[in-house]
Amino acid sequence: MAEASWVICKFCDSVYQRAPLARREIARCSQCGAELYSARRASIDAMLALTIASAFAFVVANLFPIALLEAQGRSNEANLWQAIVDSLDSGAAPIGALAAMTVFFFPLAQICLFAYVLSALRMHHIPPGFRLVMHSLRQMHPWAMVEVFMLGVLVAVVKLKDVASVTPLIGTWGFAALTLLLTLLNSCDLNELWDRADRIKAAGA
Amino acid sequence: MNKPPRASDLGLIACEGCDLVVRQPPNNEEGFCPRCDEPLRRRKHDSLTRSWAFLIAAALLYIPANMLPIMHTQQLLERYDSTILSGVALLWHNGAYDLAIIVFIASIFVPIMKIISLAVLLIATQRGSHWRLRERTRIYRIVDYVGHWSMLDVFVVVLLLTLVQFGGLALVQPLPGVMAFGAVVVLTMLASMSFDPRLMWDAPAPHADANANPETRAANQAASEAGIHAAAAAQP
Repeated sequence: MAEASWVICKFCDSVYQRAPLARREIARCSQCGAELYSARRASIDAMLALTIASAFAFVVANLFPIALLEAQGRSNEANLWQAIVDSLDSGAAPIGALAAMTVFFFPLAQICLFAYVLSALRMHHIPPGFRLVMHSLRQMHPWAMVEVFMLGVLVAVVKLKDVASVTPLIGTWGFAALTLLLTLLNSCDLNELWDRADRIKAAGA
Repeated sequence: MNKPPRASDLGLIACEGCDLVVRQPPNNEEGFCPRCDEPLRRRKHDSLTRSWAFLIAAALLYIPANMLPIMHTQQLLERYDSTILSGVALLWHNGAYDLAIIVFIASIFVPIMKIISLAVLLIATQRGSHWRLRERTRIYRIVDYVGHWSMLDVFVVVLLLTLVQFGGLALVQPLPGVMAFGAVVVLTMLASMSFDPRLMWDAPAPHADANANPETRAANQAASEAGIHAAAAAQP
């Protein structure tokens, strides 16, 4: 089928024939300049490794407190979940819900769903609900905001500096690692997974 | 270099769900992607209407988001309410210039630029303008990319209100402004997701409207099918 070797620019609808790229090359649309596809496609193994590492970082980031605050002989520390619960109990519950979705549930779901599809595809098997999982991963992507939360931690620490003594704790490092790993994982092209599933189906038929 | 053909002229559709290139079903029939089962659409569903609706809602909420205080701070006898802008001023005052600039960009500059840029893109698209299509597409890509960074201030409030809890000594409480602000960020993200940049390129060429006639269109189709360009590779 000829269509398989074509690529359509998502931004201006131009059609191109896929051409092989050298390492680190990026194919760009000649009309609008958007990236069409690139040579740096991560393998299933690399994506699975990133997923497992993200899972560890997620546990560390959420189990341990983010920062310790000391003022007038009293101290207070909090992790993400406490922050979410406190916001839900405050007068602005919607922001607690927003933080819960974007920093906790969506990243967690991304990690679980990636682990589910990647481990199955690696064993040459298309898991049940593959299409649903792939659509969820695509739609969740813009709403997972661990990297923004990480920047928020930095801003909060600096804001508190002149009021009290603040010490970033293990949770902050967990979030730093999770930011890096999830950014790498989310920059991977989901087409790699669709293509792999197509090949498995073709081999099975 | 001559122009690459457009998918809509060739009767092709890139699936929204999985990027697979498929033939448009005949006679505007509703089709589904053979690979991922997503309904096949030539363009995003009701793009301009939906995008305008989200954008107008965001623009209206932008006013309370910036005028209303986002949090209340209590320290011994000192009590004050801070807005987004006064938070930036405080960071600057404390000498954290880099963070003050980051927060200013994320919380004030980005939301207002997003609202203005999307409004300009929507108006230009509705007028079928050919003005600087390439630059307009680039602006859309930037708007779409930076969107979620504006959530920064919401997360800062969430963190401060849980960390600063020292009973009568010090306390931080969220105020309604932060909810309006969070809503602005979500709404501008929805507005930019709903906008379909391909509509900008759909504007009929100012001269030679060859595609209007179905017969010439079919002929063009055959001609351009033969001449699909190889994608140009560029160094990153």
